[in-house]
Amino acid sequence: MTSLTDPQKDRFRLSMLLYDTRYRSATIQIIALIFFMLVAAWLISNTAQNLAALGKPIDLGFLTEPASYDINQRLLDYDSRDSHLRASFIGLLNTLVVAVLGCATATVIGVIVGVLRLSPNWLVGRLMTVYVESFRNVPVLLWIVFFMAILIETLPAPSAFRGDDPAAHMLLGDSVAITNRGVYIPEPLFSNSLGDIHLFGASPLRFDVSLDLIAILAVLGLGLWASAWIRRRADGIQEATGARPTTWYLRLGVVSVPLAVLLLMLGFHLGMPELKGFNFRGGTHMRNSLIALWLALSLYTAAFIAEIVRAGILAISSGQTEAAAALGLRPRRIMSLVILPQALRVIVPPLISQYLNLTKNSSLAIAVGYMDITGTLGGITMNQTGRELECVLMLMMIYLIISLSISAVMNWYNESVKLRER
Amino acid sequence: MRKSVFLGALTVAGLAAAAAAAGTVDDVKARGKLNCGVATGVPGFAAPDANGEWEGFDVAVCRAVAAAVLGDPKAVEFVPTTGKTRFTALASGEIDMLARNTTWTFSRDVDLKFEFVGVNYYDGQGFMVPKALGVSSAKELDGATVCIQTGTTTELNLADFFRVNNMSYEPVPIETNAEAQQQYLAGACDVYTTDASGLAATRATFENSADHILLPEIISKEPLAPLVRHGDSEWGDIVRWTLNALIAAEEYGVTSTNIGELSAGTDNPEINRLLGTEGKLGEMLGLDADWAKRAIMAGGNYGEIFAKNIGESTPIGLARGLNAQWKDGGLLYSPPFR
Ligand SMILES: N[C@@H](CCC(=O)N[C@@H](CS)C(=O)NCC(=O)O)C(=O)O
Repeated sequence: MTSLTDPQKDRFRLSMLLYDTRYRSATIQIIALIFFMLVAAWLISNTAQNLAALGKPIDLGFLTEPASYDINQRLLDYDSRDSHLRASFIGLLNTLVVAVLGCATATVIGVIVGVLRLSPNWLVGRLMTVYVESFRNVPVLLWIVFFMAILIETLPAPSAFRGDDPAAHMLLGDSVAITNRGVYIPEPLFSNSLGDIHLFGASPLRFDVSLDLIAILAVLGLGLWASAWIRRRADGIQEATGARPTTWYLRLGVVSVPLAVLLLMLGFHLGMPELKGFNFRGGTHMRNSLIALWLALSLYTAAFIAEIVRAGILAISSGQTEAAAALGLRPRRIMSLVILPQALRVIVPPLISQYLNLTKNSSLAIAVGYMDITGTLGGITMNQTGRELECVLMLMMIYLIISLSISAVMNWYNESVKLRER
Repeated sequence: MRKSVFLGALTVAGLAAAAAAAGTVDDVKARGKLNCGVATGVPGFAAPDANGEWEGFDVAVCRAVAAAVLGDPKAVEFVPTTGKTRFTALASGEIDMLARNTTWTFSRDVDLKFEFVGVNYYDGQGFMVPKALGVSSAKELDGATVCIQTGTTTELNLADFFRVNNMSYEPVPIETNAEAQQQYLAGACDVYTTDASGLAATRATFENSADHILLPEIISKEPLAPLVRHGDSEWGDIVRWTLNALIAAEEYGVTSTNIGELSAGTDNPEINRLLGTEGKLGEMLGLDADWAKRAIMAGGNYGEIFAKNIGESTPIGLARGLNAQWKDGGLLYSPPFR
């Protein structure tokens, strides 16, 4: 039975795609997409044709050819007979090293400076302002080159450590040498090493993981977990009885004793750098290219992070501070228990983009001869093979993947500090 | 996001399109200037003087080509290039030719698609160390820190040399000669290695040049040659024969001082053909009859250019050695002008 008020069943007509608001936006989007794909296809085929005309069709075969050049900072085994792909991989690890070191340092400095900049102490506040403004307003490339120049020009060459009456001396009981080629520090060695696991066989991406390191991390992790368990138990007792048992020695013990036993078993000792021939040998060599890049990137980015932190703190109303003070909390605890946890919600999203910036800025590494992925794949490999398009596209892909991964991790973290609305 | 992908692809396509273009002579003539890629600064080879005028052994080749094509040795736009940027600059059409201590190798010629027009300096890779280091042979360099320019044959030869001799080293990759010099002088590297001519040129600028020595080993062949892009043979011919004209001029005793006299006509037909008083060589190249005369007048013949910029009377003090005329026991040998 039909009633008069029932709406007429609309029959679909083609013109509705354009005139009916229900379909119109979809229609426009589909047309735009088709148009975009046509243009993209034309560009790609045009590029491919031109490259073919030049006699340089896209071809990734060069990646398996021997690279024929050496890389100074290698986290994994590499020599000049390895392939371009391997060289790029070594470069990628170098990029990741400086990015991780940089992000961590920049965050620590940024948070401290951001908080101090709000300090009621006039001098401290002003000093931080000077730092932030000078680093923010000078291009990071100049800072990188500047730090490198300082390291090279002011520090002694290894030869200054030689002779009966050397001009320079090693520090900390002859264990650290600071030279204009970098800093040499003692390296951890294990006389009963557990060896390495070799991942990915003999492929260009082969990767050695030290079992010693895994064992240490595992023991440390367990220790920390046990320590956290003791703390939670103490919390429980405090809530039930009002008295908190003293646990610091227990917590220290569960972390340090197993670790010490493990290190003893592995035969842990330090390998000291020693002047031999032209250079120091032994120990860990932190090249000045790494130090200059790391310092410049982290100090530069820290200036931006400091501003973000300051903005985050200022976004929390002063009523919170006053309320916390009225409860009898001391200023430091107000900051760490009340203000910062709330400010994090404001701070984290812009912080992500600072991490991305730092990682992308690390591609300036070649200015100081740091062999990152841009220096290997986008530098020597590209130059020696003449495969510009392939190398640049691969480079873009790699940075894209790194950036997206950082974003994903940070977004996940952001989710976890977000205000839980009920 | 969409927009940036789009623009990126557009640039790539544009680059590729520019590289495929031919007709360089016409472009140069229409522009009225020759774009010539040179080093960023190697005294004696390519460096601006106190007045900002570029001069040097490589620069002289650019000037000779400009004189031959445009009639004015000053009609050159010098584009400083590093070891890494030079090939992109040439391939993309930013420069018309490259004269920058560039070694002629198979892969650059065949795979990178360039055309080397002939060798203007026969060189080899050497090592420079401070005398105080007490090293007298490159075989004693195990464990040394070595400064090298990236994007060069140097870094490849170096890797091979140390590998073959079972020695280790620490490479310090550097973009330009000036930075390498700074690091070397500050002691950030023990050794500087590049073409022996470049080492001599660099050493000549040191305050205490006597404190540095070149080690006896020459570990490679480095035929340094001007080059152009593949695929434009007319332009390649012009640059090639301009270089040959400079070399032949020395062989036949044509100098910048006697050229006026000789171009009135001589009884040596080869000189006459070179200077355009006989035959139609200029026309065949698409230039006028005086092209070679102007090229030689720009800076003198090969021998004069050598003596003025890097020869034994200059601070750089290079002997002719392999770069003497074939008649004097060297390798310079211009094909006949006929
Ligand atoms: N001949 C080698 C090396 C050329 C090279 O880079 N030489 C240095 C030192 S002579 C140079 O020309 N540097 C110029 C600059 O730094 O601008 C090659 O073609 O790869």
